Amino acid sequence: MLKWGVPRRSWCEYTDRIIAGNQTAIVNSRRKQASTRVMAAGTLMEAITTAAAVEFAGREMEAAAQEFSSVVQAHRPQIFRFLLASTRDVDLAETLTQECFLKAHRNWDRFRGESSAMTWLMRIAINLEKDHWRNRRMQFWRHTRTNSVDLDEASEWLPSGERSAEQQMMAREQVAHVWQAVEGLSARQRTVFLLRYVEDRELSEIAQATGLSEGTVKAHLSRALVKVRAELKGKS
Amino acid sequence: MRLRTGLPDEGSEPDAKLEQALKDFRSSIHAWSEAEYSRPHAATAIHHTSWRLAAGWALGCVLAAGSVTGGLYERHHRQEVAKIAAAAEAARQQKIADEQSARKDDEDLLAKVDNDVSRQVPSAMEPLAQMMAEDEAQ
Repeated sequence: MLKWGVPRRSWCEYTDRIIAGNQTAIVNSRRKQASTRVMAAGTLMEAITTAAAVEFAGREMEAAAQEFSSVVQAHRPQIFRFLLASTRDVDLAETLTQECFLKAHRNWDRFRGESSAMTWLMRIAINLEKDHWRNRRMQFWRHTRTNSVDLDEASEWLPSGERSAEQQMMAREQVAHVWQAVEGLSARQRTVFLLRYVEDRELSEIAQATGLSEGTVKAHLSRALVKVRAELKGKS
Repeated sequence: MRLRTGLPDEGSEPDAKLEQALKDFRSSIHAWSEAEYSRPHAATAIHHTSWRLAAGWALGCVLAAGSVTGGLYERHHRQEVAKIAAAAEAARQQKIADEQSARKDDEDLLAKVDNDVSRQVPSAMEPLAQMMAEDEAQ
């Protein structure tokens, strides 16, 4: 994958700059349109009213930009974590996270607040991941290799806590078994499982994020747990 | 934190092992994600896909053109070789035919000369001629 020699902090700011740039462009465009309208109106009163409306619209846009920026700051780590757990590919998770927030920014004005921002963002992330795998199947020749880390490597990231070396080793083995079971789940089961047990989301939130009913979510979770349990019992 | 592992059959006996495994799984993903998120890392560019797509298409076109050209050249080359081989075979056949024809002419000529120069042996010399013929036969 093509790399840019930009530190991660700059990468995070990269998205912000695009968002801020778009926002400024929109505000300037509105101001320009309003100025044109003022010239056409001809009367002082209309000009004052239009200028005030423009200022109001500008302030509203800036407030929306700030609000979106705070949403990005608050939820970017969770979205990245979910995508990392889903793909086990750091580069891909970063790219999809970036695309997720760009897409969210483009559609921010359509967000009605019917669900939480996190649920809305998670839904975008899930769809992007789905699209990615669909495109990958169609264009397999474009990416002949995958950057996903193997299961053992993924299991290494266990905080030691206050465990002995032996307990730590056993815990890693258990985590590797869970990874193995997750690998064998269907895409939908995996998404539901990760949202529940890694992101600690409520069933209603999972249902909203995945577009499934709560009953279906429960069924997927049940099947996923059966497989995880079987994997843990089978390998222990 | 207690994980809700027994979700579908909540109220059933707790599966401590599963619960612990899921808790560790969650902790490991959180630790991995935090480590990757805070680590200075090269950013990936979204725009690279178009560049890569173009490069992929260009490479594909070059390979396809190369394959077609190579195939045509190979076919042409084989035709040329076949033509040369056919010409050589025809020349060889012609040469053999010429040789056979020349040999036959010589034989005819010798037969004619032999026929012209030979004379009837006188009857008095016949026993001697027979002896010569027998000697030659032996």
